[in-house]
Amino acid sequence: SLNYVVFPPTEKERHLRANDRELNLSYKYADNAIKTSKYNIFTFLPLNLFEQFQRLANAYFLFLLCLQSIPEVSSLPWYTTVVPLVLVLSMTMAKDSSDDMNRHRCDKQVNNRKVEILIGGELQSEKWMDVQVGDIIKLENNQFVTVRMEVIKVSAEGDKVKGETNLKVKQALTVTGKLEDSIEKLANFNGEVRCEPPNNRLDKFTGTLTLNGETYSLDNERILLRGCTLRNTQWCFGLVVFGGPDTKLMQNCGRTTFKRTSIDRLMNVLVLNIFGFLMIMCLILAIGNGIWEYQEGSKFAAFLPKGVNAPFSAFLTFWSYVIILNTVVPISLYISVEIIRLGNSFYINWDRKMYYPKSDTPAEARTTTLNEELGQIKYIFSDKTGTLTQNIMTFNKCSINGKSYGELLDFSGQRVEINEKTEKVDFSWNNLADPKFCFHDNSLVEEVREGNPEVQAFFRLLALCHTVMPEEKKEGELYYQAQSPDEGALVTAARNFGFVFRSRTPERITVVEMGELVTYELLAVLDFNNVRKRMSVIVRSPEGKLTLYCKGADTIIFERLNPSCSNLTEVTTEHLNEFAGEGLRTLALAYKDIDPEYMEDWKLRHHEANTAMDEREEKLDALYEEIEKGLQLLGSTAVEDKLQDGVPQTIEQLSKADIKIWVLTGDKQETAENIGYSCNMLRDEMNEVFIVSANTAEEVRKELQTARRKMTPDGTEEPTVKKSRSGLFCLLKTETVADEPVNGEYAMVINGHSLAFALEKDMEMELLRTACMCQTVICCRVTPLQKAQVVELVKKYKQAVTLAVGDGANDVSMIKAAHIGVGISGQEGMQAVLSSDYSFAQFRYLQRLLLVHGRWSYLRMCKFLRYFFYKNFTFTFVHFWYGFFCGFSAQTVYDEWFITLYNLVYTALPVLSLSLLDQDVNDWWSFQYPQLYTPGQLNQYFSKRAFVYTVLHSGYSSLVLFFIPWAAMYDTVRDDGKEIVDYQSFALLAQTCLLIAVSIQLGLDTHYWTAVNQFFLWGSLSVYFAVIFTMYSNGMFLTLISSFPFIGTARNSLNQPNVWLTMLLTSILCVLPVVAYRFLRILLWPTINDKVRGRGSTHLSLVRQDKVLPPAPRRVQARRTSTRRSGYAFSHAQGYGDLVTSGKFLRRTPKSRPALFSQTDSPLAQTQPQSYRTISEWEEPPLSP
Amino acid sequence: MMASNYNAKEEDGHQPAAIGHGGAGTVKNKKPDNTAFKQQRLPAWQPILTAGTVLPAFFVIGLIFIPIGIGLFVTSNNIQELEIDYTGVDMSSPCYNCSQSYSWNSTKPCLCSVPFFLDQPFESNVFMYYGLSNFYQNHRRYVKSRDDSQLNGDKASLTSPSKECEPYRTSDNKPIAPCGAIANSLFNDTLELYYIDPNGSRTAIPLVKKGIAWWTDKHVKFRNPGGNDNNLTVVFQGTSKPVNWRKSVYELDPSDPDNNGFINEDFIVWMRTAALPTFRKLYRIIHKKTNMTPTLPLGQYILEVTYNYPVRSFEGRKRMILSTISWMGGKNPFLGIAYITVGSVCFFLGIVLLIIHHKYGNRNHSADIPS
Repeated sequence: SLNYVVFPPTEKERHLRANDRELNLSYKYADNAIKTSKYNIFTFLPLNLFEQFQRLANAYFLFLLCLQSIPEVSSLPWYTTVVPLVLVLSMTMAKDSSDDMNRHRCDKQVNNRKVEILIGGELQSEKWMDVQVGDIIKLENNQFVTVRMEVIKVSAEGDKVKGETNLKVKQALTVTGKLEDSIEKLANFNGEVRCEPPNNRLDKFTGTLTLNGETYSLDNERILLRGCTLRNTQWCFGLVVFGGPDTKLMQNCGRTTFKRTSIDRLMNVLVLNIFGFLMIMCLILAIGNGIWEYQEGSKFAAFLPKGVNAPFSAFLTFWSYVIILNTVVPISLYISVEIIRLGNSFYINWDRKMYYPKSDTPAEARTTTLNEELGQIKYIFSDKTGTLTQNIMTFNKCSINGKSYGELLDFSGQRVEINEKTEKVDFSWNNLADPKFCFHDNSLVEEVREGNPEVQAFFRLLALCHTVMPEEKKEGELYYQAQSPDEGALVTAARNFGFVFRSRTPERITVVEMGELVTYELLAVLDFNNVRKRMSVIVRSPEGKLTLYCKGADTIIFERLNPSCSNLTEVTTEHLNEFAGEGLRTLALAYKDIDPEYMEDWKLRHHEANTAMDEREEKLDALYEEIEKGLQLLGSTAVEDKLQDGVPQTIEQLSKADIKIWVLTGDKQETAENIGYSCNMLRDEMNEVFIVSANTAEEVRKELQTARRKMTPDGTEEPTVKKSRSGLFCLLKTETVADEPVNGEYAMVINGHSLAFALEKDMEMELLRTACMCQTVICCRVTPLQKAQVVELVKKYKQAVTLAVGDGANDVSMIKAAHIGVGISGQEGMQAVLSSDYSFAQFRYLQRLLLVHGRWSYLRMCKFLRYFFYKNFTFTFVHFWYGFFCGFSAQTVYDEWFITLYNLVYTALPVLSLSLLDQDVNDWWSFQYPQLYTPGQLNQYFSKRAFVYTVLHSGYSSLVLFFIPWAAMYDTVRDDGKEIVDYQSFALLAQTCLLIAVSIQLGLDTHYWTAVNQFFLWGSLSVYFAVIFTMYSNGMFLTLISSFPFIGTARNSLNQPNVWLTMLLTSILCVLPVVAYRFLRILLWPTINDKVRGRGSTHLSLVRQDKVLPPAPRRVQARRTSTRRSGYAFSHAQGYGDLVTSGKFLRRTPKSRPALFSQTDSPLAQTQPQSYRTISEWEEPPLSP
Repeated sequence: MMASNYNAKEEDGHQPAAIGHGGAGTVKNKKPDNTAFKQQRLPAWQPILTAGTVLPAFFVIGLIFIPIGIGLFVTSNNIQELEIDYTGVDMSSPCYNCSQSYSWNSTKPCLCSVPFFLDQPFESNVFMYYGLSNFYQNHRRYVKSRDDSQLNGDKASLTSPSKECEPYRTSDNKPIAPCGAIANSLFNDTLELYYIDPNGSRTAIPLVKKGIAWWTDKHVKFRNPGGNDNNLTVVFQGTSKPVNWRKSVYELDPSDPDNNGFINEDFIVWMRTAALPTFRKLYRIIHKKTNMTPTLPLGQYILEVTYNYPVRSFEGRKRMILSTISWMGGKNPFLGIAYITVGSVCFFLGIVLLIIHHKYGNRNHSADIPS
């Protein structure tokens, strides 16, 4: 419910007929032109203005403008409102128009791509935008799809579509497949398709094809989605079913929820309160005016023009003051906030330390409105594969015939740390070896080359028993396409050790064994599935020997071993445990020689079972079971699911910053646990790791409760829930579950099955409480929906800011559900990145994103808001005080030009430079003390409380700023006896005092004084003086007499010593208490920031001089002696077995594919270690949302 | 020791741009630029409020402010000032009768003399002010009720004044010059000063009426229509005088064409509206005659008032002020006292903070940052 937009079901069913444009057009289906842009030239202005005035602040200013046009009310000339409003509107407009221009450009690019459409019996090259539903189009290898097509006819050479994650097999219906590439047949094709209406589910499609009165069912395997790339086939013809906005990609594109930050929400609440406050102030002044009119004004009639009656005057005054005091809700607030966020987003994009050179990917802030929230993260939900791990498997170790290889020992027999500098095994003797393959133990190569039969058998097995597809672009340049990276790693290992899997046909596997070409006859593939947890092949060697090779999970294989290898089993088990302890993924390998006669019989039965109409699966399973018996153990492999660089360190840093990390993975429990250990999330010294894997709701509840009671034996049974209301008008009811204290460190591992129960309404609280007490939570085998549910659960009851990080399509839901979604732009396509708010290439950049950028963004935003409210409140309050001295007549204290320019010119840039450049401590210290992050989580820098302080502070400042000039100027004159207390001189004095005072306050708030800050601050002050001297000059007055009545005020006032002495006094009085208070606070109650800052300053020179830190050379791979069994190295659900044996798959010889991977191979692929491919690039430029 | 951040080597090391496959040439590297700004490494000064900076600042401010304050206070105290309230509220006041009977419409001027005694001679130039209290010259409706174009001599505005002047815009279908409420309520008391010799004879004290307005007002802001045409009667033909005025604007000072019409300095001074409801405005200057005699010798004086201006209706007060001035302007002890107070408080705070720092200062030792 939370991750899919529900589109109104306008279309119940889609119906179309191939090659019949007339009929198809009658349905008015969306065509293939993409339109993501919002405006065109003519609609831009009205539409954009309409949108902008829907914003409260802008509408408010429009309202003020209307008020100002009433002469009785107007207390300020029109330009005080119009200038800022126009400026803000035009800035927003500029931004919107540039955004829209980008979208136009993107659209154009996509729409104008060429495609071949079958029109009138021949193929014509047309633009993508002209493709209509029902057209038949031709796609070629490596082209990507911008419509959603149903594959109705493909070349008979099976095709695969490289889609979202791995290659996916797409096949045409037999009936349409027969059409081949005959244009004539295709042109006459008139099948009718009925299918589901457009939706956004990538994994499902239902429909039927009616051809010549017969109906065929269409499912997901027959459909090509927009955004896919065609691979391994030369061409494919397709019928367009959905176009443009109806395609699944586009339906998935829209950001489902508009994310707002908590500061945003707080700001809205505050603005509302400020409105209330404004009304109260205006009311007080209006009442004052009423009283004044009644008492004084009536008697003053001889001097003042027509007095109105007191109540009406009060009414008018109220509105006049609404205009004057509008600066408490400054229009520039929102635009400034947006600029600041934008700036901080750019910093993220620009950060070289978040740039990943291997894939040439810089970090990207895809959303520019959430930055400060990055500084408040409390919970991180992380995917595992591709996020914590690289999703690259490396063949690390193996145990062959009871001997373990892969370990590097020095002369004294001590383990040697393996790192990048360790010498690698030289595979140059093998000209087919993969140069990227690394291995460090020379003894294994020696054994192979010496001809050790067990070792050779071991690698022969690896070279034969798999479903990998080879590709040979050039002679000797092999690429493997494996369905799981584990398999690729194993086959590559065999390749390097001299057993090169070269090519395959459905019947044969060609292997180069130690330089010798050997062709095996492939008799059967006993494919992998989740229940069997093993796969086998039966091959006939050139000598005619029949052998079954089997690899699979150790427990499964061991059950099927010949009793004669019990000794070997023991040793191997020991090795397996060792490997598992290091977090490696293991497989056990075994073989069996088969009697040819038995094989004949078995093959017959196999064929029977294979063609049986009912219970085929069961029959086949039984057959497999029968033959995979009495195996001879060969050894085991250990594949490392390589962690990304710096993952344990990052996790350690983040947990020091009091961020809780939950791992939500689709992986199996063992794998997840292993990764937990190798990331340092699970540790052996933890008090206990709870494993919740029950099968019924009651058991799950019991396990959760047991865990909780263990953690807090004396805790309460009922959770402490704090109910409160928040949001605008307090409409939002929130429940917050308090954190509970725990003694010791615990962790929880829960599997998807249990999670399903635990996420039920009646148990979610139990889950939340237990999980939140644990240091680490790992949820394994979870579905994408559950990922989102877990995030929602924490969001709902913890009122904490959550971040989800992932790289795959299955993480999209959680990325969208969390406050902040981070996509790892890695190897699993771009789905996660497209729906994320921030993206980068490596998990470790997360710590920089949060601890540095997030912290700074939050700090800057809070500083900005505090300062911004301060300066505007101070500005406004002075008006309030002046009201008491001018008969509450809504007379302004300042010159009208000053009011116009105060926010836009005089104070805009300094405060922007503060909020774009400030750093309390630099990034180095931020990493040194992750605790610096915690104030953000606790909302300490900007909250209602901080706001109240700000208001009080402004109140004090405004009192000083009004009453000191008032008293200093009372009844005094210039040094030549002339006037100085006239309205204009007083206004000048008051506004200058104000500007100086807020500038000094800015200086006090700035922690990081760069030249830019200095320049803007001094520049703004100079601009102020330049402007007043210009505006108060003779020339300006004589050109526009009515607009510049302040002629001569600057000259006549600012040459007076008492004016300057007054300014000095007000400035000192404004600043002094703040300095004293801050100094005392640092002295008596220093925060962590103060301490680090203090420390930073004393050590600064030292740090700057030699940047060498004690580096962290810690590979946290502490040897564990635990007896946990490792996860076996199969991560896919179902093998390619069918495909391998079906004739369809590999009819072509490699030579017949001339330019297979010619243009579109990106450099990314080249930098991948090992050459099997599981990478995919989303080749369509990401559409702007 | 805390774990340090992960510092992978490749992160700052430059990697050559990946070469595109198939000889596509060098692909533009997306690595962000290494500029101090983009990497947020701008050189910066990071001030911290430490005892070493804050405490001296407090003492220095204290030490600077106290002498300034004393200087200001002494200067202000040295200014001689005499203030006479001639509103005539009390029965005993000489102007009581005038204040009772007066209204704008009466035609006969009311005269009253207020005697006063100067117990100290005024040595330097003496400035004579009139002061009004409770007079809201800063009321918004009042302040905007003027037409600066008209006052600047604009012919068009002369005949058709700005709407802001309402209801003092026209009178008898003729435009008012000068229009508006400010001009209309021009202060029109006449004050004259006489020295009573010990022998009883009255000597009129010469009061200079020029040089009392700002130079910019007199020469830029206010101009008579018709430029240098001295015949103001003709220039102002077709306009009406403000309703409360006795005479037209071109009759304000018929003797001196340079002080007549809109550029009459009394008028200009009045038109510079006050910021606060109690204010004083420069009326006349008594220049020092020679070096030998004081400007106003000690003795008996009489202030002759032509009592025109009604203030009783709104409980206002009228004052006549005689004052000398100093480099810091008129008498106002506030600044001096404020400076002394703030300086002392600073100094005192400095001491308090110093004590606190000595007592608790060691708390802020960075060594105890929890790790």
